[in-house]
Amino acid sequence: MKAATAAPAAAPADTIGLPIAYADARQRGRANHLGMWTFIASEVLFFGGLFLAYFIYRHAYPAAFAAGSHRLNFWKGAVNTAVLLTSSLAMAWGDAFIKAGRRGALQACLAATVVIGVVFLALKGSEYREMYAQHLVPGLNFDARVGPQVELFIWMYFVMTGVHAVHMLVGLGLMGWLMVLNRRGRFNHARHAPIELFGLYWHFVDCIWVFLYPLLYLVGR
Amino acid sequence: MSSPSASTVPSAEGPPTPALVSYLQGETSVRSWLLTSDHKRIALLYLGTITAFFAVGAVAAALMRCQLALPSSELVTADAYNRLFTLHGVVMVWFFLIPSIPAVLGNFIIPLAIGARDVAFPKLNLFSWYLFVAGGLLALYAILVGGVDTGWTFYTPYSSTYSNGHVMVMAAGIFVAGFSSIATGLNFIVTVHQLRAPGLTWFRLPLFVWAIYATSIIMVLATPVLAMTLLLMALERGLGVGIFDPKLGGDPLLFQHLFWFYSHPAVYIMILPGMGVISEVITCFARKRIFGYPVMAASILSIAGLGFLVWGHHMFVSSQSIYAGAVFSLLSFLVSVPSAIKVFNWIATLYRGSITFGTPLLYALGFLALFTIGGLTGIFLATLAVDVHLHDTYFVIAHFHYIMVGGGVMAYLAAIHYWWPKISGRMFPEGPAVFAAVTIFVGFNLTFFPQFLLGYLGMPRRYQIYPPEFHTLNVISTCGAGVLAVGYLLPLFYLTWSFFRGPPAGPNPWRATGLEWQTASPPPTGNFVATPVVTGPPYDYPPL
Repeated sequence: MKAATAAPAAAPADTIGLPIAYADARQRGRANHLGMWTFIASEVLFFGGLFLAYFIYRHAYPAAFAAGSHRLNFWKGAVNTAVLLTSSLAMAWGDAFIKAGRRGALQACLAATVVIGVVFLALKGSEYREMYAQHLVPGLNFDARVGPQVELFIWMYFVMTGVHAVHMLVGLGLMGWLMVLNRRGRFNHARHAPIELFGLYWHFVDCIWVFLYPLLYLVGR
Repeated sequence: MSSPSASTVPSAEGPPTPALVSYLQGETSVRSWLLTSDHKRIALLYLGTITAFFAVGAVAAALMRCQLALPSSELVTADAYNRLFTLHGVVMVWFFLIPSIPAVLGNFIIPLAIGARDVAFPKLNLFSWYLFVAGGLLALYAILVGGVDTGWTFYTPYSSTYSNGHVMVMAAGIFVAGFSSIATGLNFIVTVHQLRAPGLTWFRLPLFVWAIYATSIIMVLATPVLAMTLLLMALERGLGVGIFDPKLGGDPLLFQHLFWFYSHPAVYIMILPGMGVISEVITCFARKRIFGYPVMAASILSIAGLGFLVWGHHMFVSSQSIYAGAVFSLLSFLVSVPSAIKVFNWIATLYRGSITFGTPLLYALGFLALFTIGGLTGIFLATLAVDVHLHDTYFVIAHFHYIMVGGGVMAYLAAIHYWWPKISGRMFPEGPAVFAAVTIFVGFNLTFFPQFLLGYLGMPRRYQIYPPEFHTLNVISTCGAGVLAVGYLLPLFYLTWSFFRGPPAGPNPWRATGLEWQTASPPPTGNFVATPVVTGPPYDYPPL
């Protein structure tokens, strides 16, 4: 390979604090975005295994899946869908606010996202409790009279919503960290990449729910 | 960023500035190594870690071969033997082969080869090493407290219900190490996309970079499926209820589908980086441009892509539909097309080249021979009817060892020797290195060729005893394993010696093309004094 070498250019102002791999902040921004999208692609495949199992068993046992779906609390699921979409809205507003340089508004949006996220998890928890009371938790107290294939559906419900909830917990933790950083004044109209990148993750977790909701709550309705 | 107009006098030899501090010098405390974000130091952390794991897996293999030296030896019990082959499989696949070339040579060479100062996410890179170590420690813990007897494939319902081994801890170790693999792959994808030097277009990339890039895509897209599969298996084992449980109407075959959806592409995680290495070594030691560069790059990508569509060929004798089996068989044959193109192109590159038989080339030639045998026997196994006879016999063992050891490990050793002067700044002694390369080639064939015959004659895998008529071939195989062990130990000694006492190598001892050879050996922290600017195609060796 033929190569010439160029004298290093004088460091521009925006390279201060930049990891040595990058020539400028724009290159870093592109790399961060590609990194986050690659991570999300990986996450899609992570959930993909679960979705595949769901489709195979739903195809095999359509009646049991409909019966299992009727045992879930439809209204809590529906309300939670609205709740989670609202949290994504707050997140998206926060991103727009910091791009306009409004740190306080960003902080309020992040706080709202956290609160709405916690509401989602609380509703989810109350659903789990309700199912426990009805002896519908596989591995703990599942009522054998309900039927094995319905148990399979309920088991999928717990694993799918459980893995989703773990992703939300991670997201809430990261959001707390972003709020600390924002309070320290790390973000402004020019420096806001972590907000946008984290937003991508949050919206992705939201999208997973958008698929989970009909697959779990709306079967046979 | 620099531009060609600002360039100084072009220099083919590279401008090593003696005053620069190499990555090995400067801060040398243990702390500085454990907290480093320098891709070159992280590569050496991986090198040390996977060498230790290789030793663990090799000891298990040695014990198995000792057991099999006699038809009904009582060296180990049947149960201990089950734990030995599981240990060997788990450690060699996830803690040696998967990270071998990508995490060691990929980490060290990729940023250098594309003219970058580091990978895109240096801290994530270090974090992925810690994840790898954490996963490895969990696996070692599972081994030390009694091991696992499921085989490396963890098939349900045995793993989820009946096995009394430490399945959960072992699965947790693999789960954690899997995220290390994902993080490494993600880092390379972004690095190759974003950090190429000015003028280094996609079709000027060395094939090693293409190979690691394709491998990274597999790592990022296949590994999460394994993570989910192991999670589901572990939940089923822990709670006594799960989706692979036939009592609920679950299908154990679904576990196999999900497992092989990762584990077949994982074979390409082990072999594609090796294919990249061989392209670098053969061009350099034949002093010729690679034959058919665009086709070589395309065949790497198509092997990576097709690799996602052939997992069912591991399941021909399961209850998988025979129509699915036929499709998987056909798709598996297709993989041989790009693979064969690569072999032909390497040979065409050697043809009328000015060949020097240096140690890296010896390993590369060994790769060519062994990979070809491994690939061709793969076609036997992809054939439905033949597989019914050969399934779960030593023929399968021999086949995938020709690919993973004959291909993967030979390429790994080729890479270690080829880039050793760059990594250590010193030359290795040629005599012992040639001796080791030949010993490994001979030992490998002695070990594994008899296993093709054993398998064809019907000796099943995973048994600690066998009928007396298989004795002779097993003795040959065990003797070969002894030779192989000597061959593997030698580099450990002479490379360690070379690291401290070897003669200085200079920036480019092989007179190779490629940006990594244009900086000092060992390279300074930050790799390049000035960002290189690429103006020509790869492997631009002068006409013979």
